[in-house]
Amino acid sequence: MSEQNVDKGRRRMLTLATSAVGAVGAGFMATPFILSMTPSARAKAAGAPVEVDFSKLAEGVLLTIEWQGKPVWIVKRSNAMMEKLGTLTDLLADPDSDVIAQQPAYAKNTSRAQEKHPNISVMVGLCTHLGCVPLEKFAIGPASDMGDDWSGGYFCPCHGSKFDMAGRVYKNVPAPTNLPVPPFRFLNDTVIVVGENPEEAKV
Amino acid sequence: MEKLMSWIDDRFPLTQVWEEHMAKYYAPKNFNFWYFFGSLAILMLVMQIITGIFLTMHYKPDAELAFASVEYIMRDVPWGWLMRYMHAIGASMFFIVIYLHMFRAMIYGSYRAPRELIWIFGMVIFIALMAESFMGYLLPWGNMSFWGAQVIISLFGAIPYVGDGLVEWLRGDYVISDATLNRFFAFHVAAVPLVLVILVFLHIVALHKVGSNNPDGIEIKKNKDKDGIPLDGIPFHPYYTVKDIVGVIVFLMVFSAIIFFAPELGGWFLEKDNFTPADPLSTPSHIVPLWYFTPYYSILRAVTWEWLPGGAKLWGVIAMGASLVVLFFLPWLDRSPVKSIRYRGGIFKAALAIFIFSFLGLGWLGTQPAEGLNLLFAQIGMFLYFGFFLLMPIYTSLDSTKPVPERLT
Amino acid sequence: MKKLFLLLTLVSMPVFASGGAHLDEVDIDMNDTASLQRGAGLFVNYCLSCHGAAFMRYNRMAKDLQIPEDVVKDNMMFTADRIGGLMKTTMPEEDAKKWFGKAPPDLSLIARSRGPEWIYTYMRSFYLDEDSPSGWNNVLFEKVAMPHVLYNLQGARKAIFKKNDHGKEVFDHYEMVKPGSMNEEEFDSSVRDLTNFMVYLAEPARMIRTKLGVYVLLFLAIFFVFAYLLKKEYWKDIH
Repeated sequence: MSEQNVDKGRRRMLTLATSAVGAVGAGFMATPFILSMTPSARAKAAGAPVEVDFSKLAEGVLLTIEWQGKPVWIVKRSNAMMEKLGTLTDLLADPDSDVIAQQPAYAKNTSRAQEKHPNISVMVGLCTHLGCVPLEKFAIGPASDMGDDWSGGYFCPCHGSKFDMAGRVYKNVPAPTNLPVPPFRFLNDTVIVVGENPEEAKV
Repeated sequence: MEKLMSWIDDRFPLTQVWEEHMAKYYAPKNFNFWYFFGSLAILMLVMQIITGIFLTMHYKPDAELAFASVEYIMRDVPWGWLMRYMHAIGASMFFIVIYLHMFRAMIYGSYRAPRELIWIFGMVIFIALMAESFMGYLLPWGNMSFWGAQVIISLFGAIPYVGDGLVEWLRGDYVISDATLNRFFAFHVAAVPLVLVILVFLHIVALHKVGSNNPDGIEIKKNKDKDGIPLDGIPFHPYYTVKDIVGVIVFLMVFSAIIFFAPELGGWFLEKDNFTPADPLSTPSHIVPLWYFTPYYSILRAVTWEWLPGGAKLWGVIAMGASLVVLFFLPWLDRSPVKSIRYRGGIFKAALAIFIFSFLGLGWLGTQPAEGLNLLFAQIGMFLYFGFFLLMPIYTSLDSTKPVPERLT
Repeated sequence: MKKLFLLLTLVSMPVFASGGAHLDEVDIDMNDTASLQRGAGLFVNYCLSCHGAAFMRYNRMAKDLQIPEDVVKDNMMFTADRIGGLMKTTMPEEDAKKWFGKAPPDLSLIARSRGPEWIYTYMRSFYLDEDSPSGWNNVLFEKVAMPHVLYNLQGARKAIFKKNDHGKEVFDHYEMVKPGSMNEEEFDSSVRDLTNFMVYLAEPARMIRTKLGVYVLLFLAIFFVFAYLLKKEYWKDIH
């Protein structure tokens, strides 16, 4: 070995260059591994927007569909139900849907629905307390087992949270916020796409 | 930085390990092409473990789901196809590397004293690797997976008295089933890899204790300078690290070319019949193990002499086992005064050539139906294979040798 | 590099050639998008009613084959309600067993288990056979349960057999009984489209794999240059 003729600069330069190319290679190599842990095509397909034809849905009947693995309720509310909504303000924790995260802006209103179809309610049917599925208690008054002055709504059997027909939470129950309204749009007068915002609401 | 290093060195011999095994590990300066395969084998081990971990995240070891989960990896998991190809093709590449690594040991006498234990650890690694790949091959639950496992596990049925019970115990069922798949999965992803890693560690510890052999088969430790450094030795780092990087890149080019342009490699690396889900009611018309098992598979099928006591099936299994066991005795079968083929005489060279020919021949015959001339050739191949080892004490003592120089050439 | 490719092509030659039957060569080209699209059309119209391709998703096909999702939704999806759904068959398995004796196999991977040449030859080897329950037989796959689904394209043919030297009946040639809507050349080209699509179907990653491979090899070649220069630089020390 002869140490004297070594061009140290060239050696360092080549070491650096090779290491740099190697590091880039390692980065390229790591990328597929990291990406393989992101949601697969199956997960994405399961979470994709769902088209629901509600033309045959009767008034006051709960239709449950699955979207992103979660139960989503679609209800065509009767006029009686709609009338009650306006009368409950004092009993509710968040009557004006001020907690922004719980609904898209176009559903921040008393009926928590879209303007053109105010009686169509679309909600994720998971209690905001600990994620149970609340029961439908649509009957008004004593027939509901919820007391004589019940105005129709939902009742969570796990810890007794109560919601009105717009999914707004009552005061003094464990659930902190209103039931979430997912993005939804009307494809036409009888088909809803759950998981997509209306064209005009797209930012 | 220096402070940190000394802090660590007070608690863990980091610098010492680095110097002993890299910066001041003196390797002979005349390593040639054949010496790339040791580092490549480590590369393959690491690669198989990493891709294996990621495949395990998506694979389902369940007879109902396994096949579909592999296709799920191939299609739905982002980049899953690349990982699956790297792993499945990697198994074949691993064996190519290991076989060439073993061949290197044979031509340069790397198994000879004082390196017998390195060879034996290596052989255990080889056997463990065969078990690992065999069990891994069942996991995709294709029809070839299923019937390959069926055939190989049935081999154990040839053992007198306990055979049938043993086979049932191995399968955990009366046929290859969900239970078999599940236990093979456990062995494939946890037990055997752990054993492999430990064995590789021991293999390297043993190597670094005695030092590397070289193409001349001369001990470089016999000629040291006044500081005790072998005159013909060079530090492993940086000389062999930079050289091995070149080897790794060339190897990766071959590996990538296969992955991206010919993943099935004409049926050698991924078999057609394994793209059909396992069907316990229909055997593929032509059962073949993957290429790295075919030499031994050939020996298994070559024993057809029914007059043998216990029957041909039993002796086929014994012959196959013996073809692996005999390799362990190589260090003691070789009686030549020299190690490297460079200084051996014509007899050994001829014997080695015949051995390689018979090994490759058996490998090819293992992919073909065993009938007629094929069977005869396989039987001849088997005798040549065993002859190479069993006659070795005789022909290596008789063989002429050339004088071995004092220093590396 | 050239040598490497040559070696690769050499060893890629099918080693386990399935004995006997002659298979026709077929030109497989993943870059021929138009052919793949036509093949997809044939596949969903003629195959998917009985067979499934249950590992394939409609939206993946739409993306890879550059077919707008709306077109797929309106014209090609008969079995799934979502664009991300799987290409399952419309036929319930029990009915299939009743009609054909056994359920038609899933076709997702058929091009990999049988090979493209086999599919190309098979789809062009149907002939009329009164003795068969479906009324059809196949020269490549004798007594196959599947009827000739493309007969309105190809037409109905009779197969003429001849005794060979060993006194065994062997296929000699076809005779057209009732011509279909396509001539032979058009039909062969359509079956090639179908085969091309099924090769894609068996391995959608094939689309990206060969393109990516070029870049990977280029990168490794650059890496090689640096690593080789570095190695040479250090090994100047060694005599």
